[in-house]
Amino acid sequence: MALSGREEVTSTAALRTRILKRFGSDGPASFQVGVEFDAPPGITILFGASGAGKTTILGCIAGLQTPNAGSIHVGDISLFDSADDIDVPPNRRQVGYLFQTLALFPHMSVEQNVRYGLSSLSEKEREGRVGDVLNSFRIAELARRRPGEISGGERQRVALARTLVTRPRLLLLDEPLTALDTVTKARIVEDLRTWNQRFRIPILYVTHDRSEVFALAEQMLVLSKGRIIAQGLPQDVLHRPEMESVAQLAGFENIFDCTLAKRHTDQGTMACRIAGSQVLLELPLTRVEAEQPLRVGIRAGDILVSIVPPQGLSARNVIAGVITSLEQRDVMFIARVYCGATFEVHLTPGAVRSLPLVTGSQVWLVIKTYSCLVLQAG
Amino acid sequence: MIVQALALTLRLAMAVSFLLLLISLPLAYWLAFSRWRGKFLAEAVVSLPIVLPPTVLGFYLLVALGPASPIGRWYQALTGHGLAFTFTGLVIGSVIYSLPFSVQPMTTAFASVDRELLDASAILGASRWRTFWRIILPLSFPGVLTGFVLSFAHTLGEFGVVLMIGGNIPGATQTVSILIYDQVQALNYSVANTTALVLLALCLVLLTLLYALRRHNHWSLWEWR
Repeated sequence: MALSGREEVTSTAALRTRILKRFGSDGPASFQVGVEFDAPPGITILFGASGAGKTTILGCIAGLQTPNAGSIHVGDISLFDSADDIDVPPNRRQVGYLFQTLALFPHMSVEQNVRYGLSSLSEKEREGRVGDVLNSFRIAELARRRPGEISGGERQRVALARTLVTRPRLLLLDEPLTALDTVTKARIVEDLRTWNQRFRIPILYVTHDRSEVFALAEQMLVLSKGRIIAQGLPQDVLHRPEMESVAQLAGFENIFDCTLAKRHTDQGTMACRIAGSQVLLELPLTRVEAEQPLRVGIRAGDILVSIVPPQGLSARNVIAGVITSLEQRDVMFIARVYCGATFEVHLTPGAVRSLPLVTGSQVWLVIKTYSCLVLQAG
Repeated sequence: MIVQALALTLRLAMAVSFLLLLISLPLAYWLAFSRWRGKFLAEAVVSLPIVLPPTVLGFYLLVALGPASPIGRWYQALTGHGLAFTFTGLVIGSVIYSLPFSVQPMTTAFASVDRELLDASAILGASRWRTFWRIILPLSFPGVLTGFVLSFAHTLGEFGVVLMIGGNIPGATQTVSILIYDQVQALNYSVANTTALVLLALCLVLLTLLYALRRHNHWSLWEWR
């Protein structure tokens, strides 16, 4: 069924997408996005580094860019199909899109912004919907102000309200929370969750922030260089990544090139030397050849710090080092510790104060064998 | 004499600037948003009157509007008189001569509207028409105003094209600038002086008003970025 007009959407249809989009001519400068995925009603996170093609995918679904080939359906409604020559223009797709820049109309008041997408409704219905959404997003008292006269978090809520008030059949969110502080972020995430429970539509949420993934995702897709390289439940995708590129994306802050030094088959471990240093790591025993290069990922939050030489531990890796830098970010301290190689370690402010830790402190890092993830190199 | 020439000049400037507004809005929209590869050709043609001597433009227009050309003959058949040396002829010549002054500020203003706002408008269900009236036009209002006022002021002061097409007929084609020229030729310096002063004052007032208005209408658009 092709789409006509802006009829009321009540269905809870899934998004089915197949997109091939080429940029530039053939050659080293050309780039191609080729993806195929389904997004059921609920939040699907599109996760990937910048330049992976996330915004291109959203643009194609919204109709702002035209794929070279493919098809985009919501339920039985066809928004784009290169085989059938269907390309519904963006103003008839009934897709909600929250831009990273929000794209609020600067010359209109908050209320005018919110009412902009409702021109096809009767005056009475429009008033009702605008009133509702202004209240539920706690922006009713800002109705007469311009976007330039309100705070960042308020603008975010206005943009979200302007999108949702049109009751889209599909919602696209392009890194909507990047610029916000943690508290504001949490409240908007809560707004979105509440809304998602009421109107079950597919929501594609682009981010490269792990904390947003865990707060929101029901399903996630990991995108790299224009392709989907992993998909599934967030805990499955992010916790035991098979591919190194996923691990990098998923926030393994420490990634080292290693070579096998000695196998301890009886202990279930192997000693590996971090390239360019004398540091030996005890890793879970895996089947590798002696000369095969390895990569090892260790999360910064999985590393313990001691200010005395620790004893009586099960952990096999105790490495002496010196803190070379210590900086606070939000409610977390990031320490860099040089032990022959530099490790990034995440600590709570309480831990930093009580030990105490300062730049130049002599410390011992404690790393469990099973906190080390051995990745296939290359 | 002065009053008659001044009234004629103002009538001409009004007619030209309103006509140009109607022509320039769609033309500037097309120049700002078209993806046609040959667009630079159109841009060059539109800009031509800036560099071309008015006498050259006036000469070609005289030929094009005269009884020897199809346009001139068609007009003659339709109305019973020619276009050259009439007020209508003056309007046509002035519209072409002032076109770039009207189109260019509008094109620049349209093109500088954030594309993401246009995308947002489309996604919220707005047609191109609605996007133009509700988003593009209000956000580029200073540019549109500039185009309008510049074409008005430019028509007030034009000389060469008017002389070529319109000649020097008091009440029909004698504008203020022609009158000044005429009086100087007749060594009638005091009338020339008065007329020149009036024109100078008028243009100064207009431009002052324009820049004052622009200042007030300048949205501080992205002050939160």
